[in-house]
Amino acid sequence: MNKLFESSKADGLQGALNVSRRGFLVTTSTLGAGLALGMTTRPAASSSMPLDEVNAWVHIATDDTVTIRIARSEMGQGTLTGLAQLVAEELDCDWDKVTYEFPTPGQNVARERVWGDYSTGGSRGLRASQQYVREGGAAAKMMLLQAAADQWGVAASTCSAIDSVITHGPSGRTTTYGAVAANAAALPVPTKVTLRDPADWHIAGKPLKRLDTADKLTGKLVYGADINLPNMLCASIMDCPVMGGKLVSFNESAISAMPGVKGAVAVVTDEGTDGVAVVADTWWQAQSALQKLPIKWDLGPNANYDDATLTAMLEEGLSADEAFVGNWGGDVEAAFASAETTVESVYKCPSQNHAPMEPMNATALFTKDRCEVWCPTQNGEAALAAASAASGLPLNQCEVYKTILGGGFGRRGAGDYVHQAVKIAMAFPGTPIKLQWSREEDQKHGFFHPSTMAKMRGTLDADGNLTGLHMRISGQSILAGLMPHALVEGADYLQFQGVIKAGLNPAMDDHSICYDIPNVLVDHAMRNPPIRPGFWRGVNVNQNTIYMECFLEEMAHAAGRDPLEFRLALMKNQPKSAAVLKAVAEQGGWGKDDGIGRGLAVLHSFGSYVAACAEVTVDEGGNLNMHRIVAATDCGIAVNPQQIEAQVQGSFVYGLSAALYSENTLKNGEIQEDNFHTYPSMKIASMPKVEVIVMPSGGFYGGVGEPTIGVAAPAVLNAIFAATGKRVRQLPMRDQSLRA
Amino acid sequence: MKTLNVNGEPVEVDADDTTPLLWALREQLGLTGTKYGCGIAQCGSCTVHLDGVAVRSCVMPLAAVNENTKITTIEGLSDDGSHPVQQAWAELDVPQCGYCQPGMIMAVAGMLNATPDADDAQIDSQITNICRCGTFQRVREGVHLAKEITLKSKGEMA
Repeated sequence: MNKLFESSKADGLQGALNVSRRGFLVTTSTLGAGLALGMTTRPAASSSMPLDEVNAWVHIATDDTVTIRIARSEMGQGTLTGLAQLVAEELDCDWDKVTYEFPTPGQNVARERVWGDYSTGGSRGLRASQQYVREGGAAAKMMLLQAAADQWGVAASTCSAIDSVITHGPSGRTTTYGAVAANAAALPVPTKVTLRDPADWHIAGKPLKRLDTADKLTGKLVYGADINLPNMLCASIMDCPVMGGKLVSFNESAISAMPGVKGAVAVVTDEGTDGVAVVADTWWQAQSALQKLPIKWDLGPNANYDDATLTAMLEEGLSADEAFVGNWGGDVEAAFASAETTVESVYKCPSQNHAPMEPMNATALFTKDRCEVWCPTQNGEAALAAASAASGLPLNQCEVYKTILGGGFGRRGAGDYVHQAVKIAMAFPGTPIKLQWSREEDQKHGFFHPSTMAKMRGTLDADGNLTGLHMRISGQSILAGLMPHALVEGADYLQFQGVIKAGLNPAMDDHSICYDIPNVLVDHAMRNPPIRPGFWRGVNVNQNTIYMECFLEEMAHAAGRDPLEFRLALMKNQPKSAAVLKAVAEQGGWGKDDGIGRGLAVLHSFGSYVAACAEVTVDEGGNLNMHRIVAATDCGIAVNPQQIEAQVQGSFVYGLSAALYSENTLKNGEIQEDNFHTYPSMKIASMPKVEVIVMPSGGFYGGVGEPTIGVAAPAVLNAIFAATGKRVRQLPMRDQSLRA
Repeated sequence: MKTLNVNGEPVEVDADDTTPLLWALREQLGLTGTKYGCGIAQCGSCTVHLDGVAVRSCVMPLAAVNENTKITTIEGLSDDGSHPVQQAWAELDVPQCGYCQPGMIMAVAGMLNATPDADDAQIDSQITNICRCGTFQRVREGVHLAKEITLKSKGEMA
C-alpha cells in the first residue's frame, strides 16, 4: 500500500498540512532573511521575469501598475487576494492598481526558493506566508523611498509614501512608485524592516473585493481544462478500476479508425496508477474512443474487496488492544470503575471523494531535453517534481505553469494526473497533450476522505459531571498512505486533529482539544484498507468533531444538563473556545422554546477557534429543514473579513453536503458512485442561511478555509436530536429516518 | 460541417451530430467559458441559452440545434460583463473558485428571462447547479440584486 505513495515523499504533499510545519520551519531558517526580503538571486537575463522588479514580491511598471507575485495557489479560498493585501499593506501602494502573477516553480528553483513554499493546503496559505510576504512589501517600500530620496538628494527618512505616491516632507515634492521603480530595483534589498501593527492596517484587514473575480464572470479565465496550445492533442484516460490492479492489454485497432484518434497509450506511473489513455484531436473524440476501446485488466489483490470487509476491519479496531495514544490524563479506567453513569456510543463516517467542479487535468509538452506542464495544482513545486520524475529530466529542464484551480479541497495536492500527462506526452514528443479526466475517472480515482469509526465511552458522577472520556478512533491513516515519513514511531498524530493533547506534538498544537476532562484517553487503532486516502477539506477534524461534539451532547443529556453549560464547565481554561461558543449560542437563540431544534459544536483547529449553532426542524415526513446556522470564527488576525465570511459559508455547504449525501462505497474493489447522480452535492435549495461572526482576538494568524467545516455536521446532528430525539451516529444522513 | 448561430454570429463546426454542444463550443469554437463538470446534466457547469432558455449543453447533441437556434454562451451574455447578473456577481464577489459560475450565471440569467421577479421559492426550484465551493448564499443575494439592477436600468430608460 505504502509503495504507491513513495514518490510523494520528497515533494510537497508535505506541506499539505500543519503536521509538516516543522519541515517548513527548517526550510525557512536555512534560507534565512533572503527568503523574507526577496534578496536572493536576481532573475537571470533569460528568465521571463522582468528585470526591473523591485524585489521578488513586487514589480512596478512605469504606469504605477503594481504586480504582486503569489507563490501559493488560488483554488477559490481567496488566498491570492489576501496575500496581495498583506504585501500591499506594507508597500503602501495604490490598491486600485494592484494585479498579480504566479511565479513559476521553475523560477523558484532557479532563484534559490525566493518565494518559499508553494504548497497550498491545511489552511496555511496566508498564515504560513504572512511574515515573509509582509517583509517583502516593506522592503520594496524602503527601496522605493530610497530611490526617490537619492533622486532628490535628500535623506530617505524625510520621505513618506501612501497610495504609490512618494512625498518629500520638507519640500512637498512628489513622485510615484512607477517613476522610481527601475532605480529602486538597482538598490540593495534592506536586511531589516519594521512591520506595521495590524491595528494600523488600511489595506490588509479590510473587506476588499477579490482580484480574480472579473474574468470569472465572463468566461475569460483560463482554467487548466481550458488550456489550448498550438497543435495540441487531447487525451482521456481510464485507470484500472480496482486499486492495485494492472492493465494487461488493449486492442487499439478497434478504435484506430474512429474520428480524430491518434493512438492509445499504456500509462503506468510511479504514483501507482496503471491504465490506458486515448489521444485524439479533441477530447470528445478521445473520450468517445476510450469508451469503445477493448481493455483487459488484471484486477489484482483487491478485486474482492468491498465495504463489508472495510467495516469489519474498522469494527475490530474499536476494541483492539493496541492503539496509538493522542491524548491522556488522569485515570480513565478508574473513572469508569467508580462511575455513577456510563454512556457508550459507536459512530461511523464514510469514505468521501473531493469532487471539485473541475475534474483533474494537466497539459504536458515533452521533448528530449525539456518538459513543460500547465496545470491546476495546490502544490506547484510538487507538480514540478512530478514532471521531473515522470519525464526523467532534471528539475532545471522542467517547468510548471500554474492556472487558477476549479476547486481543490485537498485533491490537487497530489501529482498523479501530472505524472500521467507527462507519460502520455512522452509518446508524442514535441506535441502538447491535454489530459482531461472524465467525472467518472475523477470519482473512481480520488484520494478519499477516509472512513473511520469511533467508540465513545463517558462517565458521569452523581452530580452529572463528566469524570471520564475514552474516544477510540478506528480507521485509515492518511499519513501512512501518503507520507509515511511523517509518522512518529508509527503513530499518525494528524489523526487526532481537534482532540489531541496540547504539547504532545508541536506541529499539532494548532488542533489541540478545547476541553479539560479530568480523566481522558483518546487513541487510534490504525486500520488501513486498500483505498487511497487523502487530505479532504478539514481532514480528520470532520470525523473527530462529529464524534466528540455529538457524544458530549449525549453525555449532557444523560446528565440532565444543558449542553452549552455542560461544555462551558469543561472549558474554564479555554477562553477563546468558550468565547466563540458563547457567541453562537447567544446569536443563535440558544435556550429559546420555539419548536426549533438547536445544536451546538465547538472546535480548535488549524490555529483558529470556531463554533456553530444550528437551527433545524424535521417535518412529519422526516424531511430536514435547516433554517439557520450561526458560525463564529476567531482566527486571531482577520486579513479580509468578507472573504472569511465567504469561506465560512462555503465550508458549511461542503461539510453539510458530505454529512447529508456523500458516501463512496466499494464493491469488488471498485468505487460505485461515479458521478453526481449517485454522489449528490448540496444545491441552493438546501443551503441553510449561514450568519458569520468574525471575532478576531488578535495576536495570532489562524486558518480560515477549513476550521468551520468541522462544526458543520455535529451542530446539525445535535440540532436534529434536539428537534426529534433521534441521534444519528452514522453518516451520510440520506436514507435514514431523522425522527425518533 | 454544420452552421450554428452562436452569440449572434453564424459559425461553422466540424463535428458529427452526436457530439454534445458543449464540446463543439469548447473544442471547435474555442468558447471555453462553458465548462465540463459531469457530462450527464447533473451539475449545470455547461449551461448555455438556446433561444434565451437555459439548457445543459453537455447532453445536447448537435443534432438538436441548427442555424436558426440562437445559442448564447457566457462569452455572449454581454459585450463587457455588464449583464445585470454579472454586475450583481461582481458587486457581491460571488465566485470562489469560479469554475461553476459561468453556468450558474447563465442559469440565473435564463431564469430571469422567463421570470424577472423570481422569488426565493423559484430560485430554489430553478437553480439546481452544483457549486462545490458553496457560494449559494451570495448566489441567492446576487439574484435579488440582479433583479434590482434590471428594474433600475429599465426605470432609467423609461
